[in-house]
Amino acid sequence: MDRIIFGDNQFFAVNHLSDEKSRAQAMRFRTTKAIIEVLDLAYDLGIRTFMCTTHDRIAEVCDHIRSNPRRYNDFKIYPCMPYAHKYANAVTEYGAIEALKRFMPGSMLGTAAKGGLALIRKDFIEMMKLLVDAEMKMFHGINTEVIFLQNVITDLILGLGMDDFFVAFAEHIKKKYGAEPGFITMNMPLMLEILKKKGILNPIICASINKIGFRMSGGKEHYEKTIADEKFRPIAMQVLAAGAIQPHEAMEYVCRQKNIESILFGASSRAHIKQTKELIEQMSS
Amino acid sequence: MVKTGLVGLGKMGISHCAILNAHPVVDLVGVCDSSKFILAALEKHGKMNCFTDYKQMIRQSDLDCIFVAAPTRFHADMVCYSLEKGLHVFVEKPFCLNSNEGKKMIDLALIHNKVNQVGYHNRFIGTFNEAKRIIARGVIGDIYHVLGEAFGPVVLKEKGSTWRSHKSEGGGCLYDYASHVINLIQFIVGTPNQVAGTVLKNIYSQDVDDAVYATLFYNNGLSGQLSVNWSDESYRKMSTQITVMGKKGKVVVDATECKIYLRQENKIEGLEKGWNIRYITDLTKSVDFYLRGEEYSAQIDHFIDCVLKGKTENVSSFESAFETDRVVEMLVADAYSRK
Repeated sequence: MDRIIFGDNQFFAVNHLSDEKSRAQAMRFRTTKAIIEVLDLAYDLGIRTFMCTTHDRIAEVCDHIRSNPRRYNDFKIYPCMPYAHKYANAVTEYGAIEALKRFMPGSMLGTAAKGGLALIRKDFIEMMKLLVDAEMKMFHGINTEVIFLQNVITDLILGLGMDDFFVAFAEHIKKKYGAEPGFITMNMPLMLEILKKKGILNPIICASINKIGFRMSGGKEHYEKTIADEKFRPIAMQVLAAGAIQPHEAMEYVCRQKNIESILFGASSRAHIKQTKELIEQMSS
Repeated sequence: MVKTGLVGLGKMGISHCAILNAHPVVDLVGVCDSSKFILAALEKHGKMNCFTDYKQMIRQSDLDCIFVAAPTRFHADMVCYSLEKGLHVFVEKPFCLNSNEGKKMIDLALIHNKVNQVGYHNRFIGTFNEAKRIIARGVIGDIYHVLGEAFGPVVLKEKGSTWRSHKSEGGGCLYDYASHVINLIQFIVGTPNQVAGTVLKNIYSQDVDDAVYATLFYNNGLSGQLSVNWSDESYRKMSTQITVMGKKGKVVVDATECKIYLRQENKIEGLEKGWNIRYITDLTKSVDFYLRGEEYSAQIDHFIDCVLKGKTENVSSFESAFETDRVVEMLVADAYSRK
């Protein structure tokens, strides 16, 4: 994985520090063109990996990338699935089973039949695979080396103790997409422990890692020790703790944790992207 | 270990299930739902005992406490039965659909001396607690008006088929969204004594309201306004905000920021003249297991802690939730008095 990964929260009005900033972001990125412009800034500054949720608007970004193969020839997307609000709102509106039906069938008769059968048989692993395939459709023809399970789902499965799904997800990602499975979680030490138990070795785990311990469940010390002692491939996210830490201080802390492989960040202006990228490079050398 | 059972595996139930199952001092011994579909997933891939009858679960499981997250119309029966069987009870919001049911549950909890809590999780968010503290300390002076708002994208089409779309089952924006705001207003500045000008507006739903607008009155002269709409697509998720006006300043608080405007500097609180912002990152304690927000784990930690210590005083007691229900009843009565 690249040392620097560009994130997408800023495009979808996700701001953990301020609802007001979220609204401002929603206004700025109301068109896909505005998103692509910022992606281009990041690309031109040498960033090659974009990690994004499977939001409907990402499909339009993918269309753009596919239609300009020369411009984006070494561009990689790391999909994170699912975009949880899409499902949560559907469950509220239709109930769980109807919501599942709506997301599973594609346009092909085959998927619909498979989905129906899986529902009747209560084959949840098969349903999960079909949902993954439905989410992956928008990325066809795009380099997706690592495919992530998004944190609400990861942590839900983790809490429920339904660890089989992690194994099935990992196998499906490897087999069908020739990609590495990744897991986003707010409970990194626990997640790693479970994955190890399940035989998923040296896993890619993306988690909040920051100097003030924000969203580091189980405690900052536990995180630091896990990163230092355990064998896995950590990606640090929320390194600025939603803006509560100054960039220099934030990157200095994260880069001091020697085993962190990659750092994920999102920004909306060229100056900001450039500054953050240079800081990471400077602190990493 | 606290032996715990859970009834209802809807959105909140599943979330409680995961947090309870991961909790270091909780032993989640049984879960119960009427949908065999959801149960089948847990039975096949989880490690809990599954039931379709909550009474059977209680009889067979030797529980210390129970979490009730079934639809609101079932709350009274389930909660009363559990209390009579000697269990501590956590129940989802809204608490119940009429005052008689509510009184009965409060009385039973008192008689049996059991921990009782309702899932108003906003009470466990750092920013709202900070707002409450600042106002109680008189930092913004005598308060004269409160505005409670919540907006989100739940019902955006003219159709709906779950219990949330049925008034008789506790669906609708008033029960689902506005109850949170009313409960928070109560938590921060107290419960209104009267309401007026209530509008329960159908926007897309047929049977239930999609928006609630009303004026609130307090005996001490404080006034308030409620403005809640769950059919507002411009919001990505539910966003709740409380604004409190005082003679010396005001507080504007949501789940991420507590903004304080002061007409004069307050040295004791370290607040400057003009705008001050306190962020959630400084006001949130980390939890052992995180799912969707610290507050969901924090409210469960509080409940379990009360069970362990035998403490019946609670941040979100039946009684406090009952006050919310009473305001909801007043709003309904006021709205229908004009129809």
